[in-house]
Amino acid sequence: MDASVQHEQATIPDGEKLSAVMQTIAEHKGCGTSGGSGKASCGSGAGQNDLPPDIWEKVKNHPCYSEEAHHHYARMHVAVAPACNIQCNYCNRKYDCANESRPGVVSEKLSPEQAAKKVLAVASTIPQMTVLGIAGPGDPLANPEKTFKTFELIAKTAPDIKLCLSTNGLALPDHVDTIAGFNVDHVTITINMVDPEIGAKIYPWVFWKHKRYTGVEAAKLLTDRQLQGLEMLTERGILCKVNSVMIPGVNDKHLVEVNKAVKSRGAFLHNIMPLISSPEHGTVFGLTGQRGPTAQELKALQDECEGEMNMMRHCRQCRADAVGLLGEDRSAEFTTDKIMAMEVNYDIDSRKAYQAAVEEERVAKVVAKQEELASLAGQSSDIKLLVAVATKGSGLINEHFGHAKEFQVYELSTAGAKFVGHRRVDLYCQGGYGDEDSLETVIRAINDCHAVFVAKIGGCPKSDLLAAGIEPVDQYAHEFIEKSAIAWFKDYLEKVNSGEMAHVVRGDAEIRQGALISVA
Amino acid sequence: MTLKIIASQCTSCSACEPECPNVAISEKNGTFVIDPKKCTECIGHFDEPQCAAVCPVDNTCVIDTSYPRYQPPA
Ligand code: SF4
Ligand code: SF4
Ligand code: SF4
Repeated sequence: MDASVQHEQATIPDGEKLSAVMQTIAEHKGCGTSGGSGKASCGSGAGQNDLPPDIWEKVKNHPCYSEEAHHHYARMHVAVAPACNIQCNYCNRKYDCANESRPGVVSEKLSPEQAAKKVLAVASTIPQMTVLGIAGPGDPLANPEKTFKTFELIAKTAPDIKLCLSTNGLALPDHVDTIAGFNVDHVTITINMVDPEIGAKIYPWVFWKHKRYTGVEAAKLLTDRQLQGLEMLTERGILCKVNSVMIPGVNDKHLVEVNKAVKSRGAFLHNIMPLISSPEHGTVFGLTGQRGPTAQELKALQDECEGEMNMMRHCRQCRADAVGLLGEDRSAEFTTDKIMAMEVNYDIDSRKAYQAAVEEERVAKVVAKQEELASLAGQSSDIKLLVAVATKGSGLINEHFGHAKEFQVYELSTAGAKFVGHRRVDLYCQGGYGDEDSLETVIRAINDCHAVFVAKIGGCPKSDLLAAGIEPVDQYAHEFIEKSAIAWFKDYLEKVNSGEMAHVVRGDAEIRQGALISVA
Repeated sequence: MTLKIIASQCTSCSACEPECPNVAISEKNGTFVIDPKKCTECIGHFDEPQCAAVCPVDNTCVIDTSYPRYQPPA
Protein backbone atom coordinates (compact mmCIF):
# COMPACT_ATOMS: atom_id res chain seq x y z
CA MET A 1 0.00 0.00 0.00
CA ASP A 2 1.19 3.48 -0.77
CA ALA A 3 2.13 5.54 2.25
CA SER A 4 -0.04 8.45 1.15
CA VAL A 5 -3.23 6.45 1.30
CA GLN A 6 -2.28 4.93 4.56
CA HIS A 7 -3.24 7.86 6.69
CA GLU A 8 -5.58 6.46 9.22
CA GLN A 9 -6.22 7.29 12.78
CA ALA A 10 -7.72 4.66 14.93
CA THR A 11 -9.22 5.80 18.14
CA ILE A 12 -9.63 3.07 20.65
CA PRO A 13 -12.18 3.73 23.33
CA ASP A 14 -12.11 2.21 26.76
CA GLY A 15 -13.10 -1.18 27.88
CA GLU A 16 -14.84 -4.19 26.48
CA LYS A 17 -15.88 -2.91 23.08
CA LEU A 18 -12.31 -2.89 21.89
CA SER A 19 -12.50 -5.90 19.65
CA ALA A 20 -15.78 -4.79 18.15
CA VAL A 21 -14.33 -1.42 17.32
CA MET A 22 -11.23 -2.94 15.86
CA GLN A 23 -13.33 -4.94 13.44
CA THR A 24 -14.75 -1.73 12.07
CA ILE A 25 -11.45 -0.05 11.50
CA ALA A 26 -10.49 0.06 7.88
CA GLU A 27 -8.46 -2.85 6.68
CA HIS A 28 -4.81 -2.17 6.21
CA LYS A 29 -3.70 -5.68 5.79
CA GLY A 30 -1.01 -6.36 3.35
CA CYS A 31 1.21 -3.33 3.74
CA GLY A 32 4.35 -4.02 5.61
CA THR A 33 6.56 -1.43 7.16
CA SER A 34 8.21 1.12 4.98
CA GLY A 35 11.34 -0.90 5.48
CA GLY A 36 14.82 0.50 5.77
CA SER A 37 16.65 2.84 3.52
CA GLY A 38 18.38 -0.12 1.99
CA LYS A 39 21.65 1.69 2.39
CA ALA A 40 22.82 0.52 5.76
CA SER A 41 25.49 -2.03 5.23
CA CYS A 42 26.04 -4.50 7.97
CA GLY A 43 23.49 -7.12 8.80
CA SER A 44 23.90 -9.45 11.65
CA GLY A 45 27.59 -8.80 11.83
CA ALA A 46 28.17 -11.37 9.18
CA GLY A 47 27.79 -10.68 5.54
CA GLN A 48 25.35 -11.90 3.01
CA ASN A 49 27.31 -15.15 2.83
CA ASP A 50 24.94 -18.06 2.50
CA LEU A 51 21.56 -16.37 2.56
CA PRO A 52 19.36 -16.34 -0.51
CA PRO A 53 18.93 -12.76 -1.79
CA ASP A 54 15.24 -12.45 -0.93
CA ILE A 55 15.87 -13.54 2.66
CA TRP A 56 18.84 -11.19 2.92
CA GLU A 57 16.61 -8.35 1.77
CA LYS A 58 14.25 -9.05 4.67
CA VAL A 59 17.00 -9.45 7.21
CA LYS A 60 19.38 -6.63 6.57
CA ASN A 61 17.31 -3.86 8.10
CA HIS A 62 15.26 -5.98 10.37
CA PRO A 63 14.97 -4.55 13.86
CA CYS A 64 15.56 -7.91 15.45
CA TYR A 65 18.12 -9.38 13.15
CA SER A 66 20.28 -6.58 11.97
CA GLU A 67 22.45 -5.87 14.95
CA GLU A 68 22.92 -2.37 13.73
CA ALA A 69 19.19 -1.74 13.35
CA HIS A 70 18.76 -3.33 16.74
CA HIS A 71 20.21 -0.26 18.40
CA HIS A 72 17.36 1.85 17.07
CA TYR A 73 14.25 -0.27 17.17
CA ALA A 74 12.54 -2.24 19.82
CA ARG A 75 10.08 -4.98 20.15
CA MET A 76 7.77 -5.94 22.93
CA HIS A 77 6.21 -9.18 24.07
CA VAL A 78 2.76 -9.74 25.43
CA ALA A 79 2.05 -12.63 27.76
CA VAL A 80 -1.10 -14.12 26.26
CA ALA A 81 0.00 -17.77 26.07
CA PRO A 82 0.26 -19.40 29.49
CA ALA A 83 -0.08 -23.08 28.59
CA CYS A 84 2.72 -25.31 27.37
CA ASN A 85 2.82 -28.75 25.79
CA ILE A 86 6.28 -29.90 26.80
CA GLN A 87 8.48 -29.74 29.86
CA CYS A 88 12.03 -28.45 29.72
CA ASN A 89 14.54 -29.03 32.49
CA TYR A 90 15.53 -25.38 32.45
CA CYS A 91 12.01 -24.14 32.96
CA ASN A 92 9.90 -23.76 36.03
CA ARG A 93 6.46 -22.92 34.85
CA LYS A 94 5.78 -20.93 37.97
CA TYR A 95 7.82 -18.31 36.16
CA ASP A 96 7.91 -17.11 32.60
CA CYS A 97 8.81 -19.21 29.63
CA ALA A 98 12.20 -20.16 28.50
CA ASN A 99 12.58 -20.03 24.79
CA GLU A 100 14.07 -16.70 24.10
CA SER A 101 12.38 -14.93 26.94
CA ARG A 102 13.90 -17.16 29.51
CA PRO A 103 13.99 -16.42 32.32
CA GLY A 104 11.34 -13.97 33.13
CA VAL A 105 9.60 -12.43 35.99
CA VAL A 106 6.13 -13.57 36.80
CA SER A 107 4.12 -11.56 34.37
CA GLU A 108 0.48 -10.78 34.37
CA LYS A 109 -1.59 -12.75 31.94
CA LEU A 110 -3.39 -10.67 29.35
CA SER A 111 -6.44 -11.46 27.27
CA PRO A 112 -5.95 -10.95 23.53
CA GLU A 113 -8.03 -7.76 23.76
CA GLN A 114 -5.96 -6.38 26.61
CA ALA A 115 -2.76 -7.36 24.86
CA ALA A 116 -3.74 -5.66 21.62
CA LYS A 117 -4.60 -2.48 23.42
CA LYS A 118 -1.37 -2.52 25.33
CA VAL A 119 0.62 -2.92 22.13
CA LEU A 120 -1.16 0.00 20.50
CA ALA A 121 -0.72 2.16 23.59
CA VAL A 122 3.00 1.45 23.78
CA ALA A 123 3.48 1.84 20.03
CA SER A 124 1.72 5.21 20.07
CA THR A 125 3.97 6.47 22.82
CA ILE A 126 7.22 4.84 21.74
CA PRO A 127 7.69 5.04 17.98
CA GLN A 128 10.73 2.75 18.10
CA MET A 129 8.37 -0.08 18.96
CA THR A 130 8.05 -1.86 15.64
CA VAL A 131 7.89 -5.56 16.45
CA LEU A 132 5.43 -7.48 18.55
CA GLY A 133 6.36 -10.91 19.79
CA ILE A 134 4.39 -13.64 21.49
CA ALA A 135 6.70 -16.01 23.28
CA GLY A 136 4.96 -17.16 26.37
CA PRO A 137 4.79 -17.47 29.27
CA GLY A 138 4.15 -20.98 27.89
CA ASP A 139 4.18 -21.89 24.24
CA PRO A 140 2.24 -19.65 21.82
CA LEU A 141 1.20 -22.62 19.71
CA ALA A 142 -0.11 -24.50 22.73
CA ASN A 143 -2.51 -21.53 22.98
CA PRO A 144 -3.36 -21.06 19.33
CA GLU A 145 -6.67 -19.22 19.78
CA LYS A 146 -5.23 -16.61 22.12
CA THR A 147 -2.10 -16.13 20.06
CA PHE A 148 -3.83 -15.75 16.71
CA LYS A 149 -6.61 -13.58 18.11
CA THR A 150 -3.97 -11.17 19.39
CA PHE A 151 -2.30 -11.09 15.98
CA GLU A 152 -5.61 -10.51 14.29
CA LEU A 153 -6.47 -7.53 16.48
CA ILE A 154 -3.09 -5.90 16.04
CA ALA A 155 -2.85 -6.50 12.32
CA LYS A 156 -6.15 -4.69 11.85
CA THR A 157 -5.21 -1.48 13.60
CA ALA A 158 -1.46 -1.42 13.25
CA PRO A 159 -0.41 -3.10 10.03
CA ASP A 160 3.03 -1.52 10.28
CA ILE A 161 3.91 -3.58 13.32
CA LYS A 162 5.75 -6.76 12.47
CA LEU A 163 4.52 -9.89 14.19
CA CYS A 164 6.68 -12.69 15.47
CA LEU A 165 6.39 -15.70 17.68
CA SER A 166 8.66 -18.13 19.48
CA THR A 167 7.80 -21.76 19.90
CA ASN A 168 9.22 -25.03 21.09
CA GLY A 169 8.08 -26.44 17.76
CA LEU A 170 5.99 -29.39 18.93
CA ALA A 171 2.74 -28.00 17.53
CA LEU A 172 4.36 -26.01 14.75
CA PRO A 173 3.53 -28.21 11.72
CA ASP A 174 -0.18 -27.93 12.56
CA HIS A 175 -0.14 -24.13 12.48
CA VAL A 176 2.17 -23.21 9.63
CA ASP A 177 -0.67 -22.25 7.31
CA THR A 178 -2.27 -19.98 9.89
CA ILE A 179 1.09 -18.39 10.59
CA ALA A 180 1.57 -17.74 6.88
CA GLY A 181 -1.98 -16.38 6.66
CA PHE A 182 -1.29 -13.77 9.34
CA ASN A 183 1.76 -12.64 7.49
CA VAL A 184 3.87 -13.43 10.55
CA ASP A 185 7.22 -11.88 9.93
CA HIS A 186 9.41 -14.40 11.64
CA VAL A 187 9.28 -17.46 13.82
CA THR A 188 11.80 -18.51 16.40
CA ILE A 189 12.09 -22.20 17.22
CA THR A 190 14.03 -23.32 20.25
CA ILE A 191 16.00 -26.38 19.15
CA ASN A 192 18.42 -27.75 21.70
CA MET A 193 19.20 -31.07 20.07
CA VAL A 194 18.70 -33.25 17.02
CA ASP A 195 19.67 -36.43 18.86
CA PRO A 196 16.86 -37.91 20.99
CA GLU A 197 19.38 -39.46 23.41
CA ILE A 198 20.59 -35.96 24.24
CA GLY A 199 17.04 -34.67 24.14
CA ALA A 200 16.00 -37.09 26.86
CA LYS A 201 18.39 -35.25 29.21
CA ILE A 202 16.75 -31.92 28.44
CA TYR A 203 13.06 -32.79 28.13
CA PRO A 204 11.38 -35.09 30.65
CA TRP A 205 8.15 -35.26 28.66
CA VAL A 206 6.00 -33.89 25.85
CA PHE A 207 2.22 -33.95 25.52
CA TRP A 208 1.05 -34.77 22.03
CA LYS A 209 -2.22 -36.06 20.64
CA HIS A 210 -3.76 -36.75 24.05
CA LYS A 211 -0.80 -38.63 25.39
CA ARG A 212 2.20 -37.88 27.54
CA TYR A 213 5.43 -39.25 26.08
CA THR A 214 8.65 -39.49 28.08
CA GLY A 215 12.35 -40.19 27.57
CA VAL A 216 13.87 -40.83 24.16
CA GLU A 217 10.46 -41.33 22.60
CA ALA A 218 9.41 -37.83 23.67
CA ALA A 219 12.61 -36.26 22.40
CA LYS A 220 12.35 -38.09 19.08
CA LEU A 221 8.84 -36.79 18.58
CA LEU A 222 9.93 -33.27 19.47
CA THR A 223 12.94 -33.15 17.18
CA ASP A 224 10.97 -34.61 14.26
CA ARG A 225 8.22 -32.05 14.67
CA GLN A 226 10.67 -29.16 15.11
CA LEU A 227 12.61 -29.95 11.97
CA GLN A 228 9.44 -30.60 9.98
CA GLY A 229 7.98 -27.26 11.12
CA LEU A 230 11.20 -25.47 10.24
CA GLU A 231 11.19 -26.92 6.75
CA MET A 232 7.54 -26.03 6.22
CA LEU A 233 8.12 -22.42 7.24
CA THR A 234 11.20 -21.86 5.12
CA GLU A 235 9.43 -23.43 2.13
CA ARG A 236 6.82 -20.71 2.50
CA GLY A 237 9.46 -17.99 2.72
CA ILE A 238 8.89 -17.17 6.39
CA LEU A 239 12.02 -16.12 8.23
CA CYS A 240 13.10 -18.69 10.79
CA LYS A 241 15.53 -18.20 13.58
CA VAL A 242 16.67 -21.04 15.78
CA ASN A 243 17.52 -20.54 19.42
CA SER A 244 19.59 -23.07 21.31
CA VAL A 245 20.34 -23.12 24.99
CA MET A 246 23.95 -24.12 25.62
CA ILE A 247 24.06 -26.63 28.46
CA PRO A 248 27.67 -27.56 29.26
CA GLY A 249 28.21 -31.32 29.36
CA VAL A 250 24.77 -32.01 27.87
CA ASN A 251 24.49 -30.42 24.43
CA ASP A 252 27.42 -28.00 24.13
CA LYS A 253 29.43 -30.04 21.60
CA HIS A 254 26.25 -31.30 19.95
CA LEU A 255 25.11 -27.77 19.08
CA VAL A 256 27.55 -27.80 16.16
CA GLU A 257 25.41 -30.66 14.76
CA VAL A 258 22.26 -28.71 15.50
CA ASN A 259 23.76 -25.77 13.64
CA LYS A 260 24.26 -27.92 10.54
CA ALA A 261 20.81 -29.49 10.75
CA VAL A 262 18.96 -26.18 11.01
CA LYS A 263 21.07 -24.46 8.42
CA SER A 264 20.41 -27.17 5.87
CA ARG A 265 16.68 -26.68 6.46
CA GLY A 266 16.80 -22.98 5.75
CA ALA A 267 17.05 -21.28 9.16
CA PHE A 268 18.78 -17.98 8.55
CA LEU A 269 20.08 -17.36 12.04
CA HIS A 270 21.18 -19.52 14.90
CA ASN A 271 21.26 -17.90 18.27
CA ILE A 272 23.14 -19.77 20.98
CA MET A 273 22.25 -18.62 24.45
CA PRO A 274 23.83 -19.60 27.74
CA LEU A 275 21.84 -21.79 30.10
CA ILE A 276 20.65 -19.70 32.96
CA SER A 277 20.08 -21.83 35.98
CA SER A 278 20.26 -21.09 39.60
CA PRO A 279 18.70 -23.10 42.41
CA GLU A 280 16.27 -20.36 43.36
CA HIS A 281 14.52 -20.68 39.99
CA GLY A 282 13.54 -24.17 41.09
CA THR A 283 14.18 -25.73 37.69
CA VAL A 284 15.47 -29.28 37.36
CA PHE A 285 18.81 -27.98 36.13
CA GLY A 286 18.88 -25.36 38.85
CA LEU A 287 18.32 -28.00 41.51
CA THR A 288 20.79 -30.53 40.12
CA GLY A 289 23.48 -27.88 40.01
CA GLN A 290 23.84 -27.98 36.23
CA ARG A 291 26.06 -24.99 35.49
CA GLY A 292 25.78 -22.54 32.63
CA PRO A 293 28.70 -21.74 30.31
CA THR A 294 31.25 -19.00 30.95
CA ALA A 295 31.50 -16.06 28.57
CA GLN A 296 34.56 -17.60 26.94
CA GLU A 297 32.94 -21.00 26.44
CA LEU A 298 29.91 -19.37 24.89
CA LYS A 299 31.94 -17.24 22.54
CA ALA A 300 34.10 -20.20 21.49
CA LEU A 301 31.01 -22.18 20.50
CA GLN A 302 29.47 -19.19 18.72
CA ASP A 303 32.74 -18.70 16.84
CA GLU A 304 32.81 -22.38 15.89
CA CYS A 305 29.32 -22.13 14.41
CA GLU A 306 29.80 -18.73 12.82
CA GLY A 307 31.58 -20.02 9.75
CA GLU A 308 28.48 -22.08 9.14
CA MET A 309 25.83 -19.46 9.53
CA ASN A 310 24.90 -16.05 10.76
CA MET A 311 25.03 -16.00 14.50
CA MET A 312 23.01 -13.61 16.51
CA ARG A 313 24.84 -12.12 19.41
CA HIS A 314 22.68 -9.26 20.39
CA CYS A 315 19.98 -11.39 21.94
CA ARG A 316 19.47 -10.22 25.48
CA GLN A 317 17.53 -13.25 26.67
CA CYS A 318 14.96 -11.06 28.16
CA ARG A 319 11.38 -10.12 27.82
CA ALA A 320 12.34 -7.84 24.99
CA ASP A 321 12.02 -4.37 26.16
CA ALA A 322 10.34 -1.61 24.22
CA VAL A 323 9.35 -0.02 27.46
CA GLY A 324 12.91 -0.06 28.73
CA LEU A 325 14.44 1.16 25.48
CA LEU A 326 14.40 4.78 26.43
CA GLY A 327 16.81 4.10 29.22
CA GLU A 328 14.33 4.74 31.95
CA ASP A 329 11.82 2.16 33.01
CA ARG A 330 8.41 3.26 31.87
CA SER A 331 6.58 0.16 32.95
CA ALA A 332 4.51 2.07 35.48
CA GLU A 333 2.90 4.00 32.64
CA PHE A 334 1.68 0.80 31.02
CA THR A 335 -0.04 -1.25 33.67
CA THR A 336 -3.18 -3.05 32.50
CA ASP A 337 -5.45 -0.77 34.50
CA LYS A 338 -3.96 2.36 33.01
CA ILE A 339 -3.98 0.95 29.51
CA MET A 340 -7.57 -0.15 29.60
CA ALA A 341 -8.51 3.37 30.69
CA MET A 342 -6.38 5.04 28.03
CA GLU A 343 -7.51 6.61 24.81
CA VAL A 344 -5.11 5.40 22.19
CA ASN A 345 -4.57 7.31 18.98
CA TYR A 346 -2.64 5.10 16.69
CA ASP A 347 -1.14 7.50 14.22
CA ILE A 348 0.80 5.69 11.54
CA ASP A 349 2.07 8.89 9.93
CA SER A 350 3.83 10.23 12.97
CA ARG A 351 5.39 6.84 13.54
CA LYS A 352 6.62 6.80 9.96
CA ALA A 353 8.12 10.26 10.29
CA TYR A 354 9.97 9.20 13.39
CA GLN A 355 11.24 6.07 11.73
CA ALA A 356 12.46 8.01 8.73
CA ALA A 357 14.55 10.16 11.07
CA VAL A 358 15.96 7.03 12.64
CA GLU A 359 16.93 5.76 9.23
CA GLU A 360 18.92 8.93 8.58
CA GLU A 361 20.73 8.52 11.84
CA ARG A 362 21.54 4.92 11.04
CA VAL A 363 23.01 5.82 7.70
CA ALA A 364 25.10 8.57 9.31
CA LYS A 365 26.41 6.08 11.81
CA VAL A 366 27.43 3.59 9.16
CA VAL A 367 29.20 6.28 7.16
CA ALA A 368 31.11 7.45 10.24
CA LYS A 369 32.18 3.91 10.97
CA GLN A 370 33.34 3.31 7.44
CA GLU A 371 35.41 6.50 7.42
CA GLU A 372 37.11 5.51 10.62
CA LEU A 373 37.63 1.99 9.33
CA ALA A 374 39.34 3.35 6.23
CA SER A 375 41.88 5.04 8.48
CA LEU A 376 42.67 1.66 9.96
CA ALA A 377 43.53 0.27 6.56
CA GLY A 378 47.18 -0.51 6.19
CA GLN A 379 47.53 -1.45 9.84
CA SER A 380 48.08 -5.09 10.38
CA SER A 381 48.16 -6.84 13.69
CA ASP A 382 46.98 -10.12 15.18
CA ILE A 383 45.64 -8.37 18.23
CA LYS A 384 41.97 -8.97 18.93
CA LEU A 385 40.45 -7.60 22.08
CA LEU A 386 37.11 -6.85 23.67
CA VAL A 387 35.75 -3.56 24.93
CA ALA A 388 32.55 -2.84 26.84
CA VAL A 389 30.29 0.10 26.02
CA ALA A 390 27.69 1.85 28.18
CA THR A 391 24.84 2.88 25.91
CA LYS A 392 21.17 3.75 26.05
CA GLY A 393 20.71 3.01 22.36
CA SER A 394 20.94 4.87 19.04
CA GLY A 395 24.43 3.45 18.57
CA LEU A 396 25.95 6.12 20.82
CA ILE A 397 28.17 6.03 23.88
CA ASN A 398 25.57 7.81 25.94
CA GLU A 399 25.24 6.11 29.31
CA HIS A 400 26.85 6.94 32.63
CA PHE A 401 28.95 4.07 33.97
CA GLY A 402 27.06 3.98 37.24
CA HIS A 403 23.65 3.90 35.55
CA ALA A 404 24.38 1.17 33.03
CA LYS A 405 22.17 -1.88 33.38
CA GLU A 406 24.09 -3.66 30.69
CA PHE A 407 27.20 -3.22 28.61
CA GLN A 408 27.54 -3.98 24.94
CA VAL A 409 30.69 -5.84 24.07
CA TYR A 410 32.61 -5.31 20.84
CA GLU A 411 35.52 -7.27 19.52
CA LEU A 412 38.16 -5.01 17.98
CA SER A 413 40.73 -6.04 15.44
CA THR A 414 42.19 -4.54 12.30
CA ALA A 415 39.04 -5.88 10.60
CA GLY A 416 37.01 -3.34 12.56
CA ALA A 417 34.59 -3.41 15.46
CA LYS A 418 32.30 -6.40 15.72
CA PHE A 419 29.42 -6.54 18.15
CA VAL A 420 29.66 -9.79 20.11
CA GLY A 421 27.13 -9.56 22.90
CA HIS A 422 25.62 -7.96 25.94
CA ARG A 423 26.70 -8.20 29.55
CA ARG A 424 23.99 -7.51 32.00
CA VAL A 425 24.81 -5.99 35.33
CA ASP A 426 21.43 -4.79 36.52
CA LEU A 427 20.80 -7.65 38.86
CA TYR A 428 24.02 -7.20 40.66
CA CYS A 429 22.98 -3.77 41.71
CA GLN A 430 19.63 -4.85 43.06
CA GLY A 431 19.53 -7.29 45.85
CA GLY A 432 21.66 -10.20 46.73
CA TYR A 433 25.00 -8.60 46.52
CA GLY A 434 24.52 -5.23 48.14
CA ASP A 435 25.67 -1.88 46.90
CA GLU A 436 29.29 -2.04 48.06
CA ASP A 437 29.85 -5.04 45.90
CA SER A 438 28.14 -3.79 42.81
CA LEU A 439 31.27 -2.32 41.29
CA GLU A 440 33.12 -5.54 41.87
CA THR A 441 30.39 -7.51 40.18
CA VAL A 442 30.36 -5.15 37.20
CA ILE A 443 34.07 -5.74 36.91
CA ARG A 444 33.50 -9.49 37.02
CA ALA A 445 30.96 -9.20 34.22
CA ILE A 446 33.33 -7.31 31.92
CA ASN A 447 36.55 -8.81 33.18
CA ASP A 448 37.50 -10.01 29.70
CA CYS A 449 37.44 -6.46 28.31
CA HIS A 450 40.42 -4.14 27.87
CA ALA A 451 38.41 -0.95 28.15
CA VAL A 452 34.99 0.34 28.99
CA PHE A 453 33.53 3.27 27.03
CA VAL A 454 31.21 5.53 28.99
CA ALA A 455 29.58 8.95 28.72
CA LYS A 456 30.70 9.76 32.24
CA ILE A 457 32.30 8.02 35.19
CA GLY A 458 33.11 8.96 38.77
CA GLY A 459 36.62 9.09 40.22
CA CYS A 460 36.27 6.07 42.48
CA PRO A 461 35.08 3.50 39.98
CA LYS A 462 37.66 4.89 37.57
CA SER A 463 40.56 3.97 39.80
CA ASP A 464 39.05 0.59 40.69
CA LEU A 465 38.65 -0.25 37.01
CA LEU A 466 42.23 0.78 36.30
CA ALA A 467 43.38 -1.41 39.17
CA ALA A 468 41.51 -4.32 37.57
CA GLY A 469 43.26 -3.62 34.28
CA ILE A 470 40.23 -2.17 32.48
CA GLU A 471 40.74 1.27 30.98
CA PRO A 472 37.79 3.62 31.53
CA VAL A 473 37.36 5.71 28.38
CA ASP A 474 35.17 8.82 28.54
CA GLN A 475 36.63 11.04 25.83
CA TYR A 476 34.17 9.70 23.24
CA ALA A 477 31.07 10.63 25.20
CA HIS A 478 27.96 10.90 22.99
CA GLU A 479 29.81 9.79 19.87
CA PHE A 480 29.09 6.77 17.68
CA ILE A 481 30.18 3.51 19.27
CA GLU A 482 31.91 1.78 16.40
CA LYS A 483 33.70 4.84 15.10
CA SER A 484 34.99 5.63 18.61
CA ALA A 485 36.01 2.07 19.34
CA ILE A 486 37.99 1.89 16.10
CA ALA A 487 39.68 5.21 16.85
CA TRP A 488 40.60 4.01 20.32
CA PHE A 489 41.88 0.73 18.92
CA LYS A 490 44.08 2.57 16.46
CA ASP A 491 45.69 4.46 19.34
CA TYR A 492 46.05 1.24 21.26
CA LEU A 493 47.85 -0.44 18.38
CA GLU A 494 50.13 2.54 17.96
CA LYS A 495 51.08 2.42 21.62
CA VAL A 496 51.77 -1.30 21.44
CA ASN A 497 53.75 -0.97 18.22
CA SER A 498 55.86 1.88 19.57
CA GLY A 499 56.62 -0.16 22.66
CA GLU A 500 54.91 2.35 24.93
CA MET A 501 52.83 -0.47 26.39
CA ALA A 502 52.48 -4.22 26.07
CA HIS A 503 49.37 -6.06 24.92
CA VAL A 504 48.10 -8.45 27.57
CA VAL A 505 45.46 -11.10 27.13
CA ARG A 506 42.57 -10.81 29.57
CA GLY A 507 40.75 -13.52 31.50
CA ASP A 508 37.19 -14.84 31.36
CA ALA A 509 34.02 -13.14 32.55
CA GLU A 510 30.90 -14.24 34.34
CA ILE A 511 27.48 -14.48 32.74
CA ARG A 512 24.95 -12.99 35.07
CA GLN A 513 22.08 -15.17 36.25
CA GLY A 514 18.59 -13.83 36.34
CA ALA A 515 16.01 -11.92 34.44
CA LEU A 516 15.98 -8.47 33.01
CA ILE A 517 13.19 -6.82 34.80
CA SER A 518 10.91 -5.14 32.37
CA VAL A 519 7.23 -5.35 31.63
CA ALA A 520 6.81 -5.33 27.94
CA MET B 1 -14.12 -41.01 41.52
CA THR B 2 -13.12 -37.86 39.87
CA LEU B 3 -9.93 -35.89 39.57
CA LYS B 4 -9.27 -32.74 41.53
CA ILE B 5 -6.70 -29.97 41.20
CA ILE B 6 -4.58 -29.12 44.22
CA ALA B 7 -5.07 -25.39 44.19
CA SER B 8 -1.88 -24.53 46.08
CA GLN B 9 0.21 -26.16 43.34
CA CYS B 10 -1.69 -24.96 40.29
CA THR B 11 0.24 -22.37 38.27
CA SER B 12 -2.94 -21.31 36.46
CA CYS B 13 -1.29 -22.09 33.18
CA SER B 14 -4.65 -23.16 31.72
CA ALA B 15 -3.14 -26.07 29.79
CA CYS B 16 -5.63 -28.58 31.23
CA GLU B 17 -8.76 -26.59 30.43
CA PRO B 18 -9.02 -27.17 26.66
CA GLU B 19 -7.86 -30.80 26.97
CA CYS B 20 -10.80 -31.99 29.05
CA PRO B 21 -13.23 -33.96 26.87
CA ASN B 22 -16.07 -33.17 29.29
CA VAL B 23 -15.48 -29.45 29.72
CA ALA B 24 -15.18 -30.13 33.45
CA ILE B 25 -12.36 -27.65 34.07
CA SER B 26 -12.77 -23.92 34.60
CA GLU B 27 -10.96 -21.03 36.23
CA LYS B 28 -12.08 -19.96 39.66
CA ASN B 29 -10.42 -17.31 41.79
CA GLY B 30 -7.17 -17.48 39.92
CA THR B 31 -6.69 -21.25 39.83
CA PHE B 32 -8.33 -24.01 37.86
CA VAL B 33 -10.91 -26.39 39.30
CA ILE B 34 -12.58 -29.60 38.16
CA ASP B 35 -16.33 -30.02 38.39
CA PRO B 36 -16.73 -33.48 39.97
CA LYS B 37 -20.15 -33.83 38.37
CA LYS B 38 -18.67 -33.61 34.91
CA CYS B 39 -15.32 -35.42 35.27
CA THR B 40 -15.27 -39.02 34.00
CA GLU B 41 -11.55 -39.59 34.64
CA CYS B 42 -11.44 -39.46 30.84
CA ILE B 43 -12.82 -43.00 30.76
CA GLY B 44 -14.33 -43.71 27.39
CA HIS B 45 -12.33 -40.86 25.81
CA PHE B 46 -8.64 -41.37 26.38
CA ASP B 47 -6.24 -43.83 27.97
CA GLU B 48 -5.06 -41.40 30.60
CA PRO B 49 -6.62 -38.44 32.38
CA GLN B 50 -5.78 -35.55 30.08
CA CYS B 51 -5.50 -32.91 32.78
CA ALA B 52 -2.87 -34.93 34.64
CA ALA B 53 -0.98 -35.71 31.43
CA VAL B 54 -0.61 -32.09 30.37
CA CYS B 55 -0.16 -30.49 33.78
CA PRO B 56 3.36 -29.14 34.28
CA VAL B 57 3.32 -29.67 38.02
CA ASP B 58 3.49 -33.32 39.07
CA ASN B 59 0.77 -34.57 41.44
CA THR B 60 -1.43 -31.54 40.95
CA CYS B 61 -4.29 -33.19 39.03
CA VAL B 62 -4.96 -36.18 41.28
CA ILE B 63 -7.73 -38.67 42.01
CA ASP B 64 -10.21 -37.36 44.54
CA THR B 65 -10.97 -40.40 46.68
CA SER B 66 -13.85 -38.70 48.45
CA TYR B 67 -16.02 -39.49 45.45
CA PRO B 68 -17.16 -42.94 44.38
CA ARG B 69 -15.55 -44.49 41.36
CA TYR B 70 -16.92 -43.20 38.08
CA GLN B 71 -19.24 -45.74 36.42
CA PRO B 72 -19.18 -45.62 32.68
CA PRO B 73 -22.64 -45.94 31.21
CA ALA B 74 -23.34 -49.53 30.16
S1 SF4 C 1 8.75 -24.67 26.04
FE1 SF4 C 1 8.94 -22.84 27.30
S2 SF4 C 1 7.21 -22.90 28.75
FE2 SF4 C 1 7.36 -24.92 27.81
S3 SF4 C 1 8.57 -26.05 29.30
FE3 SF4 C 1 9.99 -25.31 27.75
S4 SF4 C 1 10.75 -23.39 28.52
FE4 SF4 C 1 8.92 -23.90 29.73
S1 SF4 D 1 -9.72 -36.53 34.20
FE1 SF4 D 1 -10.41 -36.12 32.12
S2 SF4 D 1 -12.58 -35.73 32.40
FE2 SF4 D 1 -11.69 -35.48 34.41
S3 SF4 D 1 -11.19 -33.32 34.56
FE3 SF4 D 1 -9.34 -34.36 33.85
S4 SF4 D 1 -9.47 -34.14 31.64
FE4 SF4 D 1 -11.56 -33.73 32.42
S1 SF4 E 1 -2.47 -27.75 33.88
FE1 SF4 E 1 -2.03 -27.96 36.07
S2 SF4 E 1 -1.00 -26.05 36.61
FE2 SF4 E 1 -2.00 -25.70 34.64
S3 SF4 E 1 -3.98 -24.81 35.17
FE3 SF4 E 1 -4.29 -27.01 34.98
S4 SF4 E 1 -3.99 -27.79 37.06
FE4 SF4 E 1 -3.19 -25.74 37.05
